[in-house]
Amino acid sequence: MAQVNYFLTEEQQMIVELAHKIAIEKIVPIRARLDETEEFPWEIMKDLAQSDLFGVYIPEEYGGIGKGCFEICLALEQLAYGCIGVTTTFAASALGGYPIVMFGSEEQKKRYLPDIAAGRRLGAFALTEANAGSDAAGIQTSAVEDGDHWVLNGTKQWITSAGDAEIYTVIAMTDRHKGPRGATAFLVEKGDPGFSFGKKEKKMGLRASSTREMVFADCRIPKDRMLGKRGQGFIIALKTLDFARPGIGAIGVGLSQAALDEAVSYAKQRVQFGQYIISFQAIQHMLADMATQTEAARALVYSVARTIDADSRDIAKISAMAKLFATDVAMKVTTDAVQVLGGYGYMKDYPVEKMMRDAKVLQIYEGTNQIQRNVIGQALNKEYSKV
Amino acid sequence: MLNIAVCIKQVPDARTVRFDKETGMMIRDGVETVINPVDLNALEAALAIKDSHGAQIHVLTMGPPSADKALRDALSMGADFAYLLSDRAFAGADTLATTRVLAKAIQKIGPMDMVICGNQSVDGDTAQVGPGLAVRLDMPSVAYVSALELKPEGLECRRMTGYGHDSVLVRLPALVTVMPSINTHRMPSLKGKMKAKSAAIPVWNADALGLSADEIGLVGSPTRVLNIFVRSFEARKERLEGDTETQVSALCERLAAAGVL
Repeated sequence: MAQVNYFLTEEQQMIVELAHKIAIEKIVPIRARLDETEEFPWEIMKDLAQSDLFGVYIPEEYGGIGKGCFEICLALEQLAYGCIGVTTTFAASALGGYPIVMFGSEEQKKRYLPDIAAGRRLGAFALTEANAGSDAAGIQTSAVEDGDHWVLNGTKQWITSAGDAEIYTVIAMTDRHKGPRGATAFLVEKGDPGFSFGKKEKKMGLRASSTREMVFADCRIPKDRMLGKRGQGFIIALKTLDFARPGIGAIGVGLSQAALDEAVSYAKQRVQFGQYIISFQAIQHMLADMATQTEAARALVYSVARTIDADSRDIAKISAMAKLFATDVAMKVTTDAVQVLGGYGYMKDYPVEKMMRDAKVLQIYEGTNQIQRNVIGQALNKEYSKV
Repeated sequence: MLNIAVCIKQVPDARTVRFDKETGMMIRDGVETVINPVDLNALEAALAIKDSHGAQIHVLTMGPPSADKALRDALSMGADFAYLLSDRAFAGADTLATTRVLAKAIQKIGPMDMVICGNQSVDGDTAQVGPGLAVRLDMPSVAYVSALELKPEGLECRRMTGYGHDSVLVRLPALVTVMPSINTHRMPSLKGKMKAKSAAIPVWNADALGLSADEIGLVGSPTRVLNIFVRSFEARKERLEGDTETQVSALCERLAAAGVL
């Protein structure tokens, strides 16, 4: 049976094979345990470190593989086939590392990127606060110059891998009166004085990923930890998220594929009324929609990621589209997978209930899907004003 | 630097294997091949020594040209060199003929400090190749090894036995065969895969190894396979009725009649 051909290069095919192997051999066997116990997946992080995948997007001179948005999407999709909690931990490290690739000084790149590329230290990205979620401009965390140091105060909320990661890109206000232009990005390390973590959140899904508060109480960091220029914080945050959103779409695609595979193989062995339930049109139509939507999401994510690699200017709209569509598909496909499995699907003996719980976060994090629609809508307004 | 040879075998993936009930032969269509699982533990044992002490790892396999894939997989995990021992005349080799080929190849590569093999293959299942190879290399060997540590005076091995385990210290050069429990093997790396893709893998035939026709393949193998059959387990089903006591005594009667009790 012909499959859609995305014409991957040999190297891209290697990334797919390797990430898929890790998902099947290392992640799938322990994903239910990680979901149950909420343990941090250190074991798998070690395997991922060994595999060089942490460095896919990091230039070769800093120990990476030197590839782009498309290759990281391929890796994320395959890992998400196993578990999106584990995959989110992996992705969060890239979200912490990518701002350094884009905006770091030579010294910062040399200092942090080789460790992130080798998976020796995990990265993380801290923007969200209690009163600044979708409205990122409302952040309260402040940074004030004091001699050779910056002093940070405030609290970040729901930060992926906080407490487990070691290198954090943190957005703080340096010139509040300037509004969004008054935000600056900083590199904060675990162990910096005045930097601590709150309790680990208990979540509906994504339970293999850790989520904590980050507390800055007169946290003093050296001057050279400022990332990019003063006042460039929001640009750094937006560019990072623009680059990262197709990756969240890719996680949605991998999750959808996993749910589809579970649903089809179940429908082929479950007998009701003397027949395999896959012979019923009601089931066939659900599976057909799930398969078609998953493939459409994959095609969009891949096309957007490749476009970004060719030219990364003005990508907000297409990057939002990739995230929006693929994660809405993931929610629908995982929900339908539970429906195909019926009562069994609702039980923890099968993996689809976890997939459905996990899927929900994809519509929320890295910008809610409502915010993605805002971004797309605003871009349309702008585009159509030009003509 | 230490030189370690690791012998691997390409085998059918047990997860996809099926048999023809009539002929007893394996159905090769649609069967994927993998590195014999415990050979990956052998490679990991070598890689762990490389990580901690530094070593050059030489991976060898005897097999058809398609076994090239198994060697590249080993390179992508971190082995340094690979050698394919391939010749139509090697076909039909039993464990004796196989060890002759492996021994010649290892001697051709150069002096080894260690040879590490998986304990046994999932297809042949004899566990003879490792110890047989040690004989032909004139090395001491320790089989069934479940833990391994390189000490200044030699290799400290934990050897599994029917009654527990032995601690064995063996002087180098030595050959060990390892059990699956010795370690968890690592994943390939992306850089390793890229390197493995373009690696030059020498292919050595009987001539290159200086082996004569009567030492190799079917001719050089004293073992004769007389018959291969698929063992069928046909269960008889019978439902026992009555109260528990009646059922238990009926069950005991039947088990006694079957010679189980």
